[in-house]
Amino acid sequence: MKKKILSIFMACLLCLGLTACGNSSSDSESIQGKVSLNGSTSMEKFVNALSEAIKEEYPDLQLEAQFTGSSAGLEALASGSADIGDSSRALTDEEKEKGLVENIVAIDGIAMITHKSNTVKNLTTEQLTKIYTGEIKNWKELGGQDQAIVVIGRESGSGTRGAFEELLKIEDQCQYAQELNETGAVLAKVAKTEGAIGYVSLDVVDDTVTALKLNDVEASEKTIKDGSYQLQRPFVMATKGEISKQKGNVRAIFNFIESDAGQEVIKKVGLISAK
Amino acid sequence: MENRFLSIVSNHKTKSIVEKTAAIIFRGCAIMSIVAVVSITGYMLISGTPALFKEGFIDILFKTTWAPTASDPQYGILLIILTSIVGVILAILIGVPIGLLTAIHLAEMANKHVRKILKSAIELLAGIPSVVYGLLGILIVNPMMYKLELLIYKGDTSHQFTGGANLLSAIIVLAIMILPTLINISETALKSVPDDLRKSSLALGASQIQTIFKVVLPAAKNGIMSAIVLGVGRAIGEAMAILLVAGNAVTFPFPFHSVRFLTTAIVSEMGYASGVHREVLFTIGLVLFVFIMIINLVLTFILKKGDCHD
Repeated sequence: MKKKILSIFMACLLCLGLTACGNSSSDSESIQGKVSLNGSTSMEKFVNALSEAIKEEYPDLQLEAQFTGSSAGLEALASGSADIGDSSRALTDEEKEKGLVENIVAIDGIAMITHKSNTVKNLTTEQLTKIYTGEIKNWKELGGQDQAIVVIGRESGSGTRGAFEELLKIEDQCQYAQELNETGAVLAKVAKTEGAIGYVSLDVVDDTVTALKLNDVEASEKTIKDGSYQLQRPFVMATKGEISKQKGNVRAIFNFIESDAGQEVIKKVGLISAK
Repeated sequence: MENRFLSIVSNHKTKSIVEKTAAIIFRGCAIMSIVAVVSITGYMLISGTPALFKEGFIDILFKTTWAPTASDPQYGILLIILTSIVGVILAILIGVPIGLLTAIHLAEMANKHVRKILKSAIELLAGIPSVVYGLLGILIVNPMMYKLELLIYKGDTSHQFTGGANLLSAIIVLAIMILPTLINISETALKSVPDDLRKSSLALGASQIQTIFKVVLPAAKNGIMSAIVLGVGRAIGEAMAILLVAGNAVTFPFPFHSVRFLTTAIVSEMGYASGVHREVLFTIGLVLFVFIMIINLVLTFILKKGDCHD
């Protein structure tokens, strides 16, 4: 009996030894050390996914990320306490004068969706604002059927909700009929509830719902990239000076984002590539 | 081979070793559950109280504005607490009559075949995962409530339409979910009423209905009360099903308002909460914990009273 246990134990050890040998050699040994990032809380999901994915390419590279807000992050970059400043808005002229360079890595796009049966296909920004603050309560006020509007949104703390309210400048003034804690749930509820309106990341929109036009512009990757669709914001990873003048490991991060693996990360967290 | 049978007479030493180890193992298991309860209580207190001191008892427990991510954050959970209380009371009011009458039917009236079918149906009801109740709530209860809402509030311009995800839907789902608890425990209580009581009542000329309501029910009162208390416990702790049907906006608990319960408040915002917001969510957990403790104390009190009577 004892012998048997011992032999099983040895076999286990052997297996462990083998797996340890698995992933050692790498051609990018020169890229190592820590890169500190600081900035937007909205970019937390993206940055965390990035720092996880980048380990496969550069195992010795560590991203040390802090999430203190876009402005605070850019300030930290300007003062030199961070290597990269994450910002979920475009840089101001003042910030650019300090030598900060705006590198847009991805774009966050939000689509407005309604129930299939809804005849309203287009809204202006003002109408949208009024719907979400509770001023407009019926679709007939917008030229649709006589049907109550069911305002659906996300829970507080959600990045999509933060972006939506920030872009329409209605932070904490929204009157939701339902607050759901998942993008998929918003999509499903809107698809099932007549008269419902909701917001989701552009990438999850499917044909169970109607995506609304905003100010006569359709929501698509194309209109977001050319800037005509308004419910969007850039995800900026700002650097002090051009990327080409940065340290090797900072350059490696941007190279990674440009690569297929990096673009995959962008897609996975529901963003649109800036390329 | 000679020690194959542990004989008390032949081998006193082995016996005492076995006895002692068994005692130690049993004691260890018993201690484990105590350790779990004590550490959970401790952890809830440690993680739930800092926010109370930071933001103030009154600002958290008795204010009605819940805006945790605003530039001037507010963490008033009064409406959430009220929703949990109102929702559970109403669910009990719907669930208890149905559950109690089902239990009476099971214990006093049903013949063998009906009993068998009913029993297995109730067991199945108890075994259905709560998320499935939630899904059925979305598919069946919510659309029905939306139709009702459109009917009642037709032409009303001040009402915010919820699309059927409201307090009423949550109450209906909760009432169904607590049925198995109510039925099983009340049935046991009714069955434990001695048959002499029934026979004496019937012999005195009372009808079966009179016997049930005047004799059996009063005799089983304590058991039924503990069924109700356990039903309350089940209802107040339920999260998944009502997360899907209640709408989750923080408003006053009127039937056609989208509401947020204590449990769903934690579940829906835990994912992205940070800082004080996160601490307040733990405080909500603490409030829930206190509710459950009160329910347990009431239950112990009821059971104790029952013992005294016997």
